[in-house]
Amino acid sequence: MDSLISIVTFIPMVAAIILALFLRGDDAAAQANAKYLALIATTASFLLSLLILAQFDPGAGFQFVEEHDWIGGLTYKVGVDGISVLFVMLTTFLMPLVILACWDVTMRVKEYMIMFLMLETLMLGVFVALDLILFYLFFEGGLIPMFLIIGIWGGKERIYAAFKFFLYTFLGSVLMLVAMLAMYVDAGTTDIPALLEHTFSYGTIELAGFQVVGGVQTLLWLAFFASFAVKMPMWPVHTWLPDAHVQAPTAGSVVLAAILLKLGGYGFIRFSLPMFPVASDLLAPLILWLSAIAIVYTSLVALAQTDMKKLIAYSSVAHMGYVTAGIFTATQQGVDGAIFQMISHGFISGALFLCVGVIYDRMHTRDIDAYGGLANRMPQYAAIFLLFTMANVGLPGTSGFVGEFLTLMGMFQVNTWVAVAATTGVILSATYALWLYRRVVLGDLIKESLKSIQDLTARERWIFAPLAAMTILLGVYPALITDRIGPAVNDLLDGYDVAVEEAGVASATDIAQNAH
Amino acid sequence: MSTIILFAPLVGALICGFGHRVIGEKPAQWTATGLLFLAAFLSWIVFLGHDGETHRIQILRWIQSGTLTTDWAIRLDRLTAIMLIVITTVSSLVHLYSFGYMAHDANFRDDESYRPRFFAYLSFFTFAMLMLVTADNLLQMFFGWEGVGLASYLLIGFYYRKPSANAAAIKAFVVNRVGDFGFALGIFALFFLVDSIQFSEIFAAAPQIADTQLNFLWRDWNAAEVVAVLLFIGAMGKSAQLFLHTWLPDAMEGPTPVSALIHAATMVTAGVFLVCRMSPLMEFAPHATAFVTVIGATTAFFAATVGLVQNDIKRVIAYSTCSQLGYMFVAAGVGVYSVAMFHLFTHAFFKAMLFLGAGSVIHGMHHEQDMRNYGGLKNKMPYTFWAMMIGTLAITGVGIPLTGWLGFAGFVSKDAVIESAWGAQSGVGTYGFWMLLIAAVFTSFYSWRLMFMTFYGKPRGDKHTHDNAHESPKVMLIPLGVLALGATFSGMLWYSSFFGDHESVNRFFGVPVEAHAETAESGTSQEDAARIVEDDAGHAAAGPAPGEGAIYTAPDNHVMDEAHHSPTWVKVSPFVAMLLGLAAAYQMYIRDPSAPPRVAAAARPLYLFLLNKWYFDEIYSVLVVRPVRALGRFLWTRGDGSVIDGAINGLAMGVIPFLTRAANRAQSGYIFHYAFAMVLGVAILITWMTLTGGAR
Repeated sequence: MDSLISIVTFIPMVAAIILALFLRGDDAAAQANAKYLALIATTASFLLSLLILAQFDPGAGFQFVEEHDWIGGLTYKVGVDGISVLFVMLTTFLMPLVILACWDVTMRVKEYMIMFLMLETLMLGVFVALDLILFYLFFEGGLIPMFLIIGIWGGKERIYAAFKFFLYTFLGSVLMLVAMLAMYVDAGTTDIPALLEHTFSYGTIELAGFQVVGGVQTLLWLAFFASFAVKMPMWPVHTWLPDAHVQAPTAGSVVLAAILLKLGGYGFIRFSLPMFPVASDLLAPLILWLSAIAIVYTSLVALAQTDMKKLIAYSSVAHMGYVTAGIFTATQQGVDGAIFQMISHGFISGALFLCVGVIYDRMHTRDIDAYGGLANRMPQYAAIFLLFTMANVGLPGTSGFVGEFLTLMGMFQVNTWVAVAATTGVILSATYALWLYRRVVLGDLIKESLKSIQDLTARERWIFAPLAAMTILLGVYPALITDRIGPAVNDLLDGYDVAVEEAGVASATDIAQNAH
Repeated sequence: MSTIILFAPLVGALICGFGHRVIGEKPAQWTATGLLFLAAFLSWIVFLGHDGETHRIQILRWIQSGTLTTDWAIRLDRLTAIMLIVITTVSSLVHLYSFGYMAHDANFRDDESYRPRFFAYLSFFTFAMLMLVTADNLLQMFFGWEGVGLASYLLIGFYYRKPSANAAAIKAFVVNRVGDFGFALGIFALFFLVDSIQFSEIFAAAPQIADTQLNFLWRDWNAAEVVAVLLFIGAMGKSAQLFLHTWLPDAMEGPTPVSALIHAATMVTAGVFLVCRMSPLMEFAPHATAFVTVIGATTAFFAATVGLVQNDIKRVIAYSTCSQLGYMFVAAGVGVYSVAMFHLFTHAFFKAMLFLGAGSVIHGMHHEQDMRNYGGLKNKMPYTFWAMMIGTLAITGVGIPLTGWLGFAGFVSKDAVIESAWGAQSGVGTYGFWMLLIAAVFTSFYSWRLMFMTFYGKPRGDKHTHDNAHESPKVMLIPLGVLALGATFSGMLWYSSFFGDHESVNRFFGVPVEAHAETAESGTSQEDAARIVEDDAGHAAAGPAPGEGAIYTAPDNHVMDEAHHSPTWVKVSPFVAMLLGLAAAYQMYIRDPSAPPRVAAAARPLYLFLLNKWYFDEIYSVLVVRPVRALGRFLWTRGDGSVIDGAINGLAMGVIPFLTRAANRAQSGYIFHYAFAMVLGVAILITWMTLTGGAR
């Protein structure tokens, strides 16, 4: 199994190609075949990825590395380390559930399945790519299926939302591409492990009349920032997300919230922090403040929402604020917490969007005011929704707490103002989440339209069960994650600290020389 | 054994909550209750057999990140042991009581299954509370802290069809979160300072923390003070102290057994427990403890004034709880942690009993809660009456003055608190003393008012309800009887352990007495000071190092001795206060029942001020709730809508106008074309990369 990573990554794509080429017709049997094939492919991918996890050695850096020449002199190089392996697991774990979640779709089922299968391959590709160009291709390629999922299977305003999604994320990425070319020119390689060893110059340069402190590193950092900040999304470029979520079909929302949002955070940890440490150090206050603003701002906005999906979307932006802030504290707790928060948010936000999907499928509205008193007829649903509401609020004992707690702890060590501002998020998140829960689930059931609503079906229960199990398991025993990411994060931060210290020494000598 | 105590309620909650379909409702409830009684039984064994040593039992690793290491573990010392018996005893009795109280409920249909859910929540609460008190690090404590918050939320909102119950539940959770905000920051600060959040390491480092400056927000502060205040903010939320108290009266929306267990005996005392647990740190933060004293004293006074005029029987007791918690904080604030724990201990018995008694009255009166519709129930509910009478005698502080220890539980512990406040011999201590003394008058008044309005006089209100008023079943009366024993004797039995001489208190709390002698001899700089102190006080004064024993008292803290040596008038004053309140209540509600309306009319502004709870809810609504909502809407429509979307969309649409046309055409269904265009773009990119040299 030398090419385990590639197999895991490309199983879904192979299934997609099979579907595209060989499945004919649009009758019920063909639809069922498409769904079963998609389910089998994603499940196979998940089972094989378990082998990666089993053989993974947290202390050993990049593993399962495969390197081949590719078209036109490009290099195909993939592998995982402590930072990426869990994102791979998150993706493969969630995709079978996502396929199950769209079991009742009847419109263009074959194409729908193809989109999700392609999307899975592209997302996995982002996490395993160890070559700059390969990373970029996967990173941008993932936009296409998501764009189509929103644009074709979405709600009423789907075209607007799809284009907004595409424009925001694509425009951000153009700058990143330029930066990548510059990196290639500077370092002479696109190999990510090699680039991690390379030091980009950070001497102050003059550009169009401006003194750019941190020089090349700052410019590259800003270019990457443009792309990742939109993907996260960070305040103030977050407005595409609520629109995209509201219009996307349930399964699309789940993938978007649970996995696609993590690409930005992964990028920050993979590129910005280790490759441009001096620039990261310089610009960390910017990120910290943007994150703190995001947490408070979007939590307040969430309070004002009338659409369930929008509320959860804004809550996602707030939770991603903890991630960005955690990363740029450049402390062990902060970065550990950021990764943990991303994994945990994958389960929780995915489950919350599924919760919305459950009642949307029954009532075809996301309007909070259309509901109320669901606990009367849907006790199981009420219990599941409560669990994930509490996880979203960050109740200790659920995975939502660990990430929030660790990132906040990291923030406190760097800047108490930011920590205090961000900690107010725990109050606000409780307010909007419980308020939502109350208006949808609690109260007497008086609305005529809801009188015959049915509780969870067996399929829905089986989708929620693994998510609920992971949420609690990781909340009680988070060492499952921290043991695996810890050494990699530790190495990363050691390198970061050394680089920042050297830069500090260097600039001090610079100043000394100038003074003479 | 302590592991069994800890997990028995969790097992009960899980079996009862998820298994009741399989094993049936009644067996499920009995399983939960049985496991609780088992836990209570084992707790008493642990408590009575405890040697004062601190034990630690590791269960599982928890959060580990870099130098941060936390475990799920049990720390068993005297503080924990006290809390164990309080929690499991009251909880098991409340479980039993609930069989009667929850047998029929008008809020649910007959065929609805709500009882197992109730028992599961109660057991889950007990588990979370036990996690809180057995924690050996701040994070596990925080787990329990928020866990009881969740249980409280679920139980306050148990009648989920009632809007008022749902609102109260959210309010309780959110206000508690405000406190948790402070608690969390306190934990972060401690980790920043000590590099650990393990109690043993924090305690050992306490003297160094006190010498450290911490940059927090706009300036440098003394680190110990900052941490102590932040943690106390958490305690204020959980223990409903002034400014964060508004949730507690509303929490009475929950079923009465919940009020007895959570909002009287256990959860709300978690704040007091936290302050006592952190005593090694508190002792190094004089300003913070002064703050604790002032807040506690003011709360005791404020809540007592509001309690004077409430008509809902549960709200009277709720404000009484709020007020009594203030007493405990005063004791902790002036540095007599053992007395704070003493009052916590006795209060749990008599307050749980008052609540369960009130529940019995409510049950017998068909869920009528307004005392104006009670009256003359003494003969209809004799057992309940006597139980409530014992509770009232305990809370108002009836005993034999000047003996100090001969009297009902509340007499012994409350006098100890008041004397301690006097013994502090400081400005805040004196403030606390007078506030508590006035509050004691009010306590006596509203407690007797409750008794007189409920059990004496003529029946008022609906005649039919009164005709059918009945005594409660045995499952409800037995818990009352057991608690009555506690309310009567717990003060006398444990007086010397909590508030006796130094030796017995130290022995009880496992503070090594002989250790200090070595310190005094080997210490160089402290030696003289210690000697002088020793001579002054006439006994061993220089204490052991922080963290040895369950509580820590600084060597220069002589408040308990001063309290013992307080003048006679101080010692008698609480008793006089009790008599004053009793006399006033007797005059107004027995001899001249027309007096209350007259007084209310004569002092109408004051009456309304008290009836509306000093207008705290209204003020918060104007100052906090509405502005926050308005801000949320503003940021959404203006911030996100006009500014951000406006700017970015305007830019995009202005610079690339053809995209709008593309969007138009795409709407007609050609969206695949655009996907194709994107693929094409990627292909061009690859080609270009290849042509310009490629990457190797």
